[in-house]
Amino acid sequence: MVHLTADEKAAVSGLWGKVNVDEVGGEALGRLLVVYPWTQRFFTSFGDLSNAAAVMGNSKVKAHGKKVLNSFGEGLKNLDNLKGTFASLSELHCDKLHVDPENFKLLGNVLVVVLARHFGKEFTPQVQGAFQKLALGVATALAHKYH
Amino acid sequence: MSLTRAERNIIVSMWGKIAAQADAIGTETLERLFASYPQTTTYFPHFDLHPGSAHLRSHGSKVVSAVGDAVKNIDDIASALSKLGELHAYILRVDPVNFKLLAHCLLVTVASHFPADFTADAHAAWDKFLSVVSSVLTEKYR
Repeated sequence: MVHLTADEKAAVSGLWGKVNVDEVGGEALGRLLVVYPWTQRFFTSFGDLSNAAAVMGNSKVKAHGKKVLNSFGEGLKNLDNLKGTFASLSELHCDKLHVDPENFKLLGNVLVVVLARHFGKEFTPQVQGAFQKLALGVATALAHKYH
Repeated sequence: MSLTRAERNIIVSMWGKIAAQADAIGTETLERLFASYPQTTTYFPHFDLHPGSAHLRSHGSKVVSAVGDAVKNIDDIASALSKLGELHAYILRVDPVNFKLLAHCLLVTVASHFPADFTADAHAAWDKFLSVVSSVLTEKYR
């Protein structure tokens, strides 16, 4: 469970309403793969990831980024039960995908940077603070079923 | 980990724009740090941390200026920040985890001010550069 104040919830929902989830998802995942290239280890079937232009233009990266961010958006609708919301995804990431949970934090932080880039001044320190809490909550929920 | 020629070029070419707004960027970086990671305020019990305070402005300015020193000496950051490294190791003793938090907040600030310049390649270069700066500052810790 993540504890956002009423103001923080309003800030996050307000901003999310304006997010182009499809684009932002692709950009966030792409930047994860460019800024932290070792994360490419999970995407060997995605084709050309050899440079930033290739990664950011890669259609599989965009499609997968969209999926990931839509899923993140689900978390926003279930702030009081993040662990329940992400339970089966958590099992999937542990048992089938074998993803180190550290990567959830990395992606969360890249998402915050992407939101800052898109929203500029509107992404105030307070809005960022609220998003960081949410991102950490989602990352924790995704790691919850690991064993 | 060392910076490629291309990465150094990106950092140096963006620095002019950042330096032109140094104080605003420094202040905002610290505001973001304290808003997202309140535990970092434990290092500043003697500061007025209200947004826009004189303390925040002067300290933010100092931080950006130090980053600027690293940029201007990008081929030998260790020498440029040697004294600052000693300050952090022997006097300030800020836990190393906090350098990542500050670096992240600086990236967020730069991204929000310079969306067009902050490409994926620039993001990668800056993240790596700040990681190098952090390593230099914690090198003498033990």
